[in-house]
Amino acid sequence: MTTVVRDPVTAADPAPEPPTSPAASPTRHRIRAAAGFAFGAALLFAVAPLVLSDFRLSLLAKYLCVAMVAVGIGLAWGRGGMLTLGQGVFFGLGGYAMAMHLKLADAGPGAMPDFMLLYGQLDELPLWWRPFASPWFALPATVLLPMAVAFVLGSLVFRRRVRGAYFAILSQALAAAMVILLIGQQGTTGGTNGLTDIQGFFGYDLDDPVNQRMVYFVIAGTLLALLAVARHLTQSRYGELLVAVRDSEERVRFLGYDPATVKLVAYVVAAGMAGLAGALFVPAVGIISPALIGIVPSIEFVIGVAIGGRATLLGPVLGAVAVAWARTALSERFPGTWTYLQGLLFVVVVAFLPGGLASLIGLVRRRDDDAARPGRFGRLRPRRREGTA
Amino acid sequence: MTGQLHGLYVRDLRVSFDGFTAVDGVSLDVAPGDIRFLIGPNGAGKTTLVDAVTGLVRATGSVRFGDRELLGRPVHRISRMGVGRTFQTSTVFEELTVLQNLDIAAGARRGWATLLRRRHGVPDEVAEALDVIGLTSRADHLAGTLAHGQKQWLEIGMLLVQDTRLLLLDEPVAGMSHEERDATGHLLEKVSQDRTVVVIEHDMDFLRRFARTVTVLHAGRVLSEGTVAQVQADPRVQEVYLGHPVDAGLAPTSMEA
Repeated sequence: MTTVVRDPVTAADPAPEPPTSPAASPTRHRIRAAAGFAFGAALLFAVAPLVLSDFRLSLLAKYLCVAMVAVGIGLAWGRGGMLTLGQGVFFGLGGYAMAMHLKLADAGPGAMPDFMLLYGQLDELPLWWRPFASPWFALPATVLLPMAVAFVLGSLVFRRRVRGAYFAILSQALAAAMVILLIGQQGTTGGTNGLTDIQGFFGYDLDDPVNQRMVYFVIAGTLLALLAVARHLTQSRYGELLVAVRDSEERVRFLGYDPATVKLVAYVVAAGMAGLAGALFVPAVGIISPALIGIVPSIEFVIGVAIGGRATLLGPVLGAVAVAWARTALSERFPGTWTYLQGLLFVVVVAFLPGGLASLIGLVRRRDDDAARPGRFGRLRPRRREGTA
Repeated sequence: MTGQLHGLYVRDLRVSFDGFTAVDGVSLDVAPGDIRFLIGPNGAGKTTLVDAVTGLVRATGSVRFGDRELLGRPVHRISRMGVGRTFQTSTVFEELTVLQNLDIAAGARRGWATLLRRRHGVPDEVAEALDVIGLTSRADHLAGTLAHGQKQWLEIGMLLVQDTRLLLLDEPVAGMSHEERDATGHLLEKVSQDRTVVVIEHDMDFLRRFARTVTVLHAGRVLSEGTVAQVQADPRVQEVYLGHPVDAGLAPTSMEA
């Protein structure tokens, strides 16, 4: 946790001595961040492959994909205040785009994917599948398609000042609609089964543990890159502006900005991250299906972020990995109880620790330097204030 | 338009909410560089008038700042034309530092290339505003930790770095101590040297000391307008404030009621 950005709690302390010169602290931040990234890279690239079995490593790869979605949610929700309960849509768009390409590559040039032959309603490949045969189309599409959808949706929604719970419900409805659409078009989408049994990944056999390991490394590297992007965004002037929009949209408007644009950027970036995560999830797990992108997984993405700490950089990642890991570990031992436990955890964190587990670190730090004023952690909670008189 | 003084010209402004007319045909001129106080009983339409000027509520009629029409433009466009306001409740960004608050306010004209980069140092206009509002030593503190009066000054500072040419302040000294009121008044005098200022205020003592001109609103209409002395001598104003006409000599005390 060396790179918690702009910890509002420590920053809130009225320092008894004059504040540090503006030049000194960014450098210190940067060194700490670099150290944090190096530590994370060492953990992901050296320690994890040595310690974990092939099976556990491929599970970790799956968790890291969820963590990528979480980085985006941390940006859109933690920083921007947009509670997006439909990231599964973007995850799914990325995942399906990648899976369609891999299915076509498995089938070979000119052939149709196995499931289409199985359901037997089609004589030839549907028109909208065709571009995905080319990796030059499919790979950029895994990121650009979700971003385009988010752009259209966000443009409509944010300009109309739909926010708060209404935005959350709307985004969730979108996830539901996407699932219904996929299931309804079984002949071309694989329906409830999804796109399964993916064998190869750009010429590499996914059954081979060596190649699985390679996929893991790609995923770990991508996650670190996304974290770097998120860190840069939150520390830029744009990041400050995004927090300002979260806390008082009306006030930002009176400063001459269009808050809709500010929110749109974070939302589109978050969608791109979810799309990339979905795309890499497919080679890691070998399947993409409606059950993996619907309402329940969309909510689970958010739960990990809430538990980890939405307004921090690493909180969402650690929360997402922890929740996904706990889910596997506990459902192996006590099948059926996990759902209840997850719900309970969510309620407890939201009720008693709105800043997520990451705020515990701030809590400890605060106790160290100043025990006089405890319990100001409500500050981490995004406040909704209407500026109008 | 930087550095130029403009006046505010309101013509036949009307605002209705579901049949209730909050502003009913107001016309008023604020001269460039004026400090105009808007007063009137509760519900007189003062805040609604400011809302209409800043694009927050829909209105008919005409509002020009200099020679540019404001009505019908979205809030952020009006803001970029140099019209800024504060609210009754302070609305600084409490989870950002004083410096970040001002930097954001200064940046509405910044392009994306600048926005996506990190801030290095303190921009000149921000340093200047910090000095004018007297918060230089608190630049790195969270705005949420400021005292009430300091938050109001920070709001005014945010308007200054925005290069606002017309400041509309809604009860800027409410809840302030005497010293803070004085400081605010002197701040307004300094600000009005190259800007036009409109203040909604209930504090009559503050009004007498710092207003250059006064408009009294009542039930959505302009009741009286002029210098402080002229308005205080107006029997219609006394009637509204006291319910019946009184001798002109009693007016100053009566308006404090």
